[in-house]
Amino acid sequence: MPQRLVILGGGTGGTIMANRLRKHYGADELTITVVDRDDTHVYQPGLLFVPFGHVHVGDIVRPRHRQLHHHIDFREDEVSAVDIEAQTVSLAGGDTLDYDVLVIATGARLLPDETEGLTDAGWMERIFTFYTPEGAAALAEALARFDGGRVVVNVVDLPIKCPVAPLEFSFLADAYFTERGIRDKVELTYVTPLDGAFTKPVASATLSSMLGDKGIELVTEFNTGSVDGDGGRIVSWDEREVPFDLLVTIPLHGGAEYVGRSPGLGDELDFVPADEHTLQSKAKPNIFVIGDASNLPASKAGSVTHFEGEVLTENVRRFLAGEELDGSYDGHANCFIETGFGKALLIDFNYETEPLPGHFPAKVGMPLLKNSRLNHLGKLMFESVYWHALLPGRDVPGIAAAMPTSGKEHPDDDAPDAATDA
Amino acid sequence: MPTATYAGTDVTVNDEGFFEDPTQWTEAMAPELAAGEGIDTLTDRHWEVIRFMRSEYDAKGTGPTVRILGKTSGVPVKELYQLFPKGPAKQAAKVAGIPKPRGCI
Repeated sequence: MPQRLVILGGGTGGTIMANRLRKHYGADELTITVVDRDDTHVYQPGLLFVPFGHVHVGDIVRPRHRQLHHHIDFREDEVSAVDIEAQTVSLAGGDTLDYDVLVIATGARLLPDETEGLTDAGWMERIFTFYTPEGAAALAEALARFDGGRVVVNVVDLPIKCPVAPLEFSFLADAYFTERGIRDKVELTYVTPLDGAFTKPVASATLSSMLGDKGIELVTEFNTGSVDGDGGRIVSWDEREVPFDLLVTIPLHGGAEYVGRSPGLGDELDFVPADEHTLQSKAKPNIFVIGDASNLPASKAGSVTHFEGEVLTENVRRFLAGEELDGSYDGHANCFIETGFGKALLIDFNYETEPLPGHFPAKVGMPLLKNSRLNHLGKLMFESVYWHALLPGRDVPGIAAAMPTSGKEHPDDDAPDAATDA
Repeated sequence: MPTATYAGTDVTVNDEGFFEDPTQWTEAMAPELAAGEGIDTLTDRHWEVIRFMRSEYDAKGTGPTVRILGKTSGVPVKELYQLFPKGPAKQAAKVAGIPKPRGCI
């Protein structure tokens, strides 16, 4: 009898896990079933470019089932609930799947309705989010019509997917309006609940000063309580207001709905608590979590999911073999940050080490925390790497699960990095 | 590491005044800590939040965010801001003697 692996979610994490484990086991040893509610795999980093007309939604979407190797069963159905005691997944279509190991890869869900007024007056007219394909496409049309006024980018609360994306949007908006010759008619404001542009001090200082250089106003510690679409203002819980003509919102995020319907599985926000280093769920030893669906204190980002995939493939193998788990996931994340005008920054960090300047992956390499054209090209090239190497489960040369340290400049280093920029 | 004195006892705090070691905290220290945050009187509702912060920290190793406080503490977010006007998650954590809530990244 083969053992049964069920993977909930056919996005980045679910696809990587299915393909990596399929290579590892013959079909007579392990059956692999991937469940997703639709067959549309979105290359989510591409959404950032849709509002500016650089990319169309059709360009960044492919069928989920086509990304999966042979002998992986793809089920298009909604998950009703997981019964962690009976080890079953019930589907909305009526079927029940039994599992020996369950991998949760259902990502994060946007919850715009949880903020008072956000989806009332003006929603999808003057209030948009680029975090969905529909929102990004509608925002592209609104930006094309926009000829001046106040544009506000508002992060409602954390955690969010790709925490740098709202900053990138602001930088790209600055470039977009400049290229259209109307930058002097646009007031750009970045409104965040954090006490700076980003969570980690060194990167936050760099990114805050970059906002200032581009004339983007930064409003910090703003916890959005309500949105008034008619009046064109966002209001914080402590009763401050920021006026807007066009609001780009990053709504509240939560985990998948079925998590809340599955007793013992998730937390208050429907994320699934898991061990930070092994990715084993706190709910049951035979349930593992990858990517945005977990409650780990790591970025909700594709790079994190990719690095987790390496560790988790090994841990599912060890679990099935009855061996001790590998606790080596270190929180490694790696993000390009588009800054406009064909340039980008690169940041690389983990649970322990904040994003620092230097070079990646070693002393000679791509510049870290520094604007460069090479980083922008790296970001553009990555889409091809995503579909053709990362999802199929191939190792991507030079990008490993453990964070490299040799190229980084620590704040107390006195010897500056001698390498020159490529 | 800086130290501070509350209710006549020396405690270890970080640069922003958050406790490094929550076991050093006693309820007698809360009024002084609150005064430092501009909160003159601790009402029953304040105490409800403070005790909730302590139990969340004990269970999870980090203080809750405002959103989780609003969902689970029994005190709605609007009222949390009336009780702790400069930000409930941070201010209540400081008064409750737990480390600064771990930000998400």
